[in-house]
Amino acid sequence: MSGRVLVGVKRVIDYAVKIRVKPDHTGVVTDGVKHSMNPFCEIAVEEAVKLKEKKLIKEVVAVSCGPQQSQETIRTALAMGADRGIHVEVSGKDYDSLGPLQVSKILAALAKKEEAQLIILGKQAIDDDCNQTGQMTAALLDWPQGTFASEVSLEAEKIKVVREIDGGLETIKINTPAVLTADLRLNTPRYATLPNIMKAKKKKIANVKPADLGVDLTSRLEVLRVDEPPQREAGVKVETVEDLVAKLKDTGKI
Amino acid sequence: MLLRKVSQSSALCGIILRIPPVLSGSPRQAGVVVAVSNARLYASQAAQAVLEKPAAVGSDAATKVEKKAAAAAESKSFAVNMFKGQIATAQVFPFPKALNDEQEQFLRELVGPVSKFFEEVNDPAKNDSLEKVEDHTMEGLKEMGAFGLQVPADLGGLGLSNTQYARLVEIVGAHDLGVGITLGAHQSIGFKGILLFGNKAQKEKYLPKLASGEHIAAFCLTEPASGSDAASIKTTAVLSPCGKFYTMNGSKIWISNGGIAEIFTVFAKTPMKDPKTGETTDKITAFIVERSFGGVTSGPPEKKMGIKASNTAEVYFDDVRVPADCVLGEVGGGFKVAMNILNNGRFGMAAALSGTMKSVIIKAVDHAANRTQFGNKIHTYGAIQEKIARMTMLQYVTESMAYMISGNMDSGAAEFQIEAAISKIFASEAAWTVADESIQVMGGMGFMKDPGVERVMRDLRIFRIFEGTNDILRLFVALNGFQNAGNHLKSLQKALKNPIGNAGLIAGEITKRAKRKAGLSTGLTLQGSIHPELAQSGDLTVKAIEQFGEVIEKLLIKHGKKIIDEQFVLKRVADCAIDLYAMVVVLSRASRSLGQGHPSAQHEKMLCDTWCVEAYDRVVRDVKLLQSAQSKQLFNNMRSISAAVVENRGVVSPHPLGF
Repeated sequence: MSGRVLVGVKRVIDYAVKIRVKPDHTGVVTDGVKHSMNPFCEIAVEEAVKLKEKKLIKEVVAVSCGPQQSQETIRTALAMGADRGIHVEVSGKDYDSLGPLQVSKILAALAKKEEAQLIILGKQAIDDDCNQTGQMTAALLDWPQGTFASEVSLEAEKIKVVREIDGGLETIKINTPAVLTADLRLNTPRYATLPNIMKAKKKKIANVKPADLGVDLTSRLEVLRVDEPPQREAGVKVETVEDLVAKLKDTGKI
Repeated sequence: MLLRKVSQSSALCGIILRIPPVLSGSPRQAGVVVAVSNARLYASQAAQAVLEKPAAVGSDAATKVEKKAAAAAESKSFAVNMFKGQIATAQVFPFPKALNDEQEQFLRELVGPVSKFFEEVNDPAKNDSLEKVEDHTMEGLKEMGAFGLQVPADLGGLGLSNTQYARLVEIVGAHDLGVGITLGAHQSIGFKGILLFGNKAQKEKYLPKLASGEHIAAFCLTEPASGSDAASIKTTAVLSPCGKFYTMNGSKIWISNGGIAEIFTVFAKTPMKDPKTGETTDKITAFIVERSFGGVTSGPPEKKMGIKASNTAEVYFDDVRVPADCVLGEVGGGFKVAMNILNNGRFGMAAALSGTMKSVIIKAVDHAANRTQFGNKIHTYGAIQEKIARMTMLQYVTESMAYMISGNMDSGAAEFQIEAAISKIFASEAAWTVADESIQVMGGMGFMKDPGVERVMRDLRIFRIFEGTNDILRLFVALNGFQNAGNHLKSLQKALKNPIGNAGLIAGEITKRAKRKAGLSTGLTLQGSIHPELAQSGDLTVKAIEQFGEVIEKLLIKHGKKIIDEQFVLKRVADCAIDLYAMVVVLSRASRSLGQGHPSAQHEKMLCDTWCVEAYDRVVRDVKLLQSAQSKQLFNNMRSISAAVVENRGVVSPHPLGF
């Protein structure tokens, strides 16, 4: 199978940053906070670039939906080996309410426009933990999906995917075109080397608006309030079962 | 003759007579500059460096003197002018913005991967205990492109400007100085000569493999008998009768990357015939030497106190045939090549060490914020607060110096050697102090291996020694400053020969001196250059510069060219120069932050103000000491004490117990 792979990359708050809730409780603080590519998206890019290096696919296109800064994330993908990028510009209120439903509509439209044979995404983003975009995209396109992939191999016109599921590992074979979502053990993403970052400067990033793709960005969700998780309180040690029961009664738990 | 003519004016009289005969009369006798023709007499690298730059050792001292005087009068360097008691703001205000948008964008993209590599792949503790950079780390660094950061892109490098290089080297310094030296010895000095002085053929031949890290480079200057006295090296390179190659013999010690390098920049003495006199003298020439030439061997890795991961070895040259086209720069111009290479790379040290200090401060503060003693977190105690504050100021000054100098270099400044030397002295000593105090804040924990600060401390010790010991560099700063101030006085003296034509200059100088004598400000000001909120610190700085300029002039007049031997004086002069540059640098940086309305601007203002108050006190104290009658006695005492202890090969005083 030779063809084009679309890889979605999301710009998220860096995993090492301590998250703080905004004083007005409408979200978390993002201003001046370090952002980077979602780790699962890195794994997705790595997989796509590996397929290209094995000459199993021809072109890797990195896509990101978001404000101006999303271009940095696309550049990282280019530095890792993607051939070109598409930046779908979404900013302001639209960006605040951007979720899996909207993104999957965008990806579906792009996949058709770019005549992609494969879409690889991270299994979920570390900021919203939705784990929905891959599945929704496949549904919108009516394509098969191989989610939580820890191993991917292309065989003739089919793809063999080993999936990490609760009970263990499940191996499936699906037709192409398809949507895959990358899980942690799929691969170890390469470090973007400085010469590659320099070469990436010459690669193109196209600018697209959601309206151009005929996508409606209205959200069906409204965030009411964002709070920190409750402070974890100290535990209490008890000597006997009787004590335990008594304490539980005291605090009104039973 | 000159004095008599001019003393007809009573106004000039009192002032002019204070210039003793030493500085009047023919140029041949005047000041420090004349020492240029007596270069052979002064073995110290500092003097040599001062005397051989910028115009070479001249035969026509008179014209050279005038040209230098003119050049010095137009220098944009703040440090040069400070010695004349003048404030040249061009290179220091505003704080340089050395990156255009594209360069800044590119740099931002580089910082992430480099930091990530050092956080996740490089293991400094492992490197230290293995006394070598782990193989997979070396490979990763090569792939990353870390070995050719400043090599032009068309020759396989990243073509980074000095400021971009500084930002990346800061990351390396924050994590692993052993790796930092491996990279620095390779590109900051190892093959920098090829970048600065190489011809097209040499660049195309060597740079690509050096940039990829396939070949490692090393800088070979030091010998067993020649450290600071670099001009006394004994390695020889004799031209063959056919003129096609040189035969090199000699040995170099303590060469970083010596055991792993393929390409060496070697400094050797080449016999040269003076076309005018027919005499043959030995002059230093720089060569590119490949290990594959044959005859090049290296010794085992030295066992060191710190930067253990960096390979340090002896390198021997036995009848090595070096092709004539491997000469780097001009034959006989090797000393200049060496000094330029070192000068060019110095800002990198300040940048790296500012990163080191930042990471060590994080560890100290983390401890102080969590450790409870006597019922409180220890950061609530004054003793700890002072330590943390001082560490922060030292880091702030170092960082400001590093990026000011790299910014100046990128903007095309031609003169920055005094500032670069100051930054090296300051950064290395500040980092040592910061690491030391961090360990102190951490208490017993700081002494333990795991937290890693003891390793940083061991790594830092060498920074005060190599690349020009701080002691030599202090002499360099002071002598360079004196030379320029001396030229200024010379040009003033020349102006006096034609008082009508130079009435303005003379009148200005007289007014300045009269005001000084009366204790009034000479009109120097930083107003307009700095943010109004920093006016007080600006005033302190201006006062300090005025007093400094005055004492420099007095010392020059008192000692003349013999100032070269007054090392007790030179050290203190250098310390003042360092403090003054530091004051100006933080004024510039804090002004910028205040002007930009940064959230941290008030904090920076505090750093700046606190630093300036203490720096001012130090400068005033030193200036006073330099003019006191007591200082001469003190210096003489120390001289005698030293002589006695040296003669006795140990302390002289008998034991208190009598045995």
